[in-house]
Amino acid sequence: MAAQMSDAHRRFLQVLMSHGIMEGAEARKLHRCCCEISKAYYAQDKLDDFVSTINNQLQPLFMQIRKGMSEVDGRTHYALVNMAETEITKMASDYAENELELFRKTMDLIILSENGFASSTDILNSADQLKTKKMKKKEAEQVLKIFVDDKWLSERNGEYTLHTRCIMEMEQYILSTYPDIAKKCNICHSLAIQSQACETCGTGMHLPCVGKYFKTQSRPRCPQCNDFWPYEIPDRSRIDSQSSSRRVSRRELQSL
Amino acid sequence: MRAERSGLREGDDEDFSVVPTQSPSQVQRNLESRSQEEINRKVTELVQFLLVKDQKKIPIKRVDILKKVIREYKDVYSEIVNRAGRTLQQVFGLQMVEIDTKHHIYILTSTLPRVEGENLKQDIQTAKLGLLIVILSFIFMKGNSAKDSAVWEFLRRLRVHPGEKHEVFGDVKKLVMEEFVRQKYLEITPIPLTDPPEFNFQWGPRAAKETSKKDILSFVAKMQKKEPSFWISQYNEAKANT
Repeated sequence: MAAQMSDAHRRFLQVLMSHGIMEGAEARKLHRCCCEISKAYYAQDKLDDFVSTINNQLQPLFMQIRKGMSEVDGRTHYALVNMAETEITKMASDYAENELELFRKTMDLIILSENGFASSTDILNSADQLKTKKMKKKEAEQVLKIFVDDKWLSERNGEYTLHTRCIMEMEQYILSTYPDIAKKCNICHSLAIQSQACETCGTGMHLPCVGKYFKTQSRPRCPQCNDFWPYEIPDRSRIDSQSSSRRVSRRELQSL
Repeated sequence: MRAERSGLREGDDEDFSVVPTQSPSQVQRNLESRSQEEINRKVTELVQFLLVKDQKKIPIKRVDILKKVIREYKDVYSEIVNRAGRTLQQVFGLQMVEIDTKHHIYILTSTLPRVEGENLKQDIQTAKLGLLIVILSFIFMKGNSAKDSAVWEFLRRLRVHPGEKHEVFGDVKKLVMEEFVRQKYLEITPIPLTDPPEFNFQWGPRAAKETSKKDILSFVAKMQKKEPSFWISQYNEAKANT
């Protein structure tokens, strides 16, 4: 039941393209607005069908509107991603050589880290050792800010992780570039930058996925090796990523 | 084959400033020597190239299109550009508009009917556009041209100073004098024989394409809670412009 491409679809695509990524609720609102403006038939709750129509047209251009989940709050996001890229070529036209090198180094630090975050200190230190063209700390700070503004990185308390849009855009690239290090979530099987991992068998899960999976269990256990899950389970109604990776102490475990 | 191409000198393959002028039958013959797949691939590359440039509001030069995308497919340039244009229209509701016919520079504009109050981007870009609209309004109300001192004095009243770092816009002087000019929203030309140098502010070609005197006048009218017809000469000019 492929609907025809209409001005409503085109308007939606233009707006999504200028944002890069949009939260589910925003996208649904946009769907309604676009249909109203173009006086097109609005099928409520049929955003995914609406998006499919657009995707049929985007397919030959190696672009797609994809749905992804934020690792922080589990909310669905829609992003326009380029499928043809096998490396960071999407960014290539926007940034200088040494800026791209800084981004790759930042990505290395993030993916190699335990919690999916790289400290600004570590990133700024690596700016000093760039092979393409060295960058002073001041300049590197500016470049990091641009990466955040452009939604490639997210910043929290002076630490940087990959933005949801970046993860959605570069999932294939990351999985193929860091084959043994990049983790996949055991529940949803997507790339996991921030995750909780079992200390015994290394099975990892996204924080929101952990929240969903353990919702009804009083004594959380690893889905693979059945050992006690040693972390605080994120509360689904209030995902506070600040504390959700905190390991539960032995006493607290025993009192469960 | 080379002798058949008019407008292209022998050994001139690397001159990307020249597009060979060809008859339709020549284009047809060139097309037939390339596979559908090859042409499709080039069209896709060109569409992506145009979209990426336009997202940053960087005007696209034909020279760059030829050098970075078309390359050895120069002989079917017009076919590739036409098909890219059709794809942009069909999928995105966008079209290529030439804003500089001498140097062949293009921007992409939306072909969808413009809607009042439509917010394209809810963040720093919207704030920048807000500042731009204020400046464009000032220029229009001053008779389509204003001196830089007048513009900065006007912005000073809105607490935007060229010398100070603004909490939203950062380096305002750079934003106005460089970024807006590069994006072709403003045209800023030095006034000759002025010392210290003074500048003249006018609308740039992109501003003329993306908004209208009518829209700007109704913006001013709304801000001042008056009817657009209150400003007789601007009102007449805006009417004549549509």
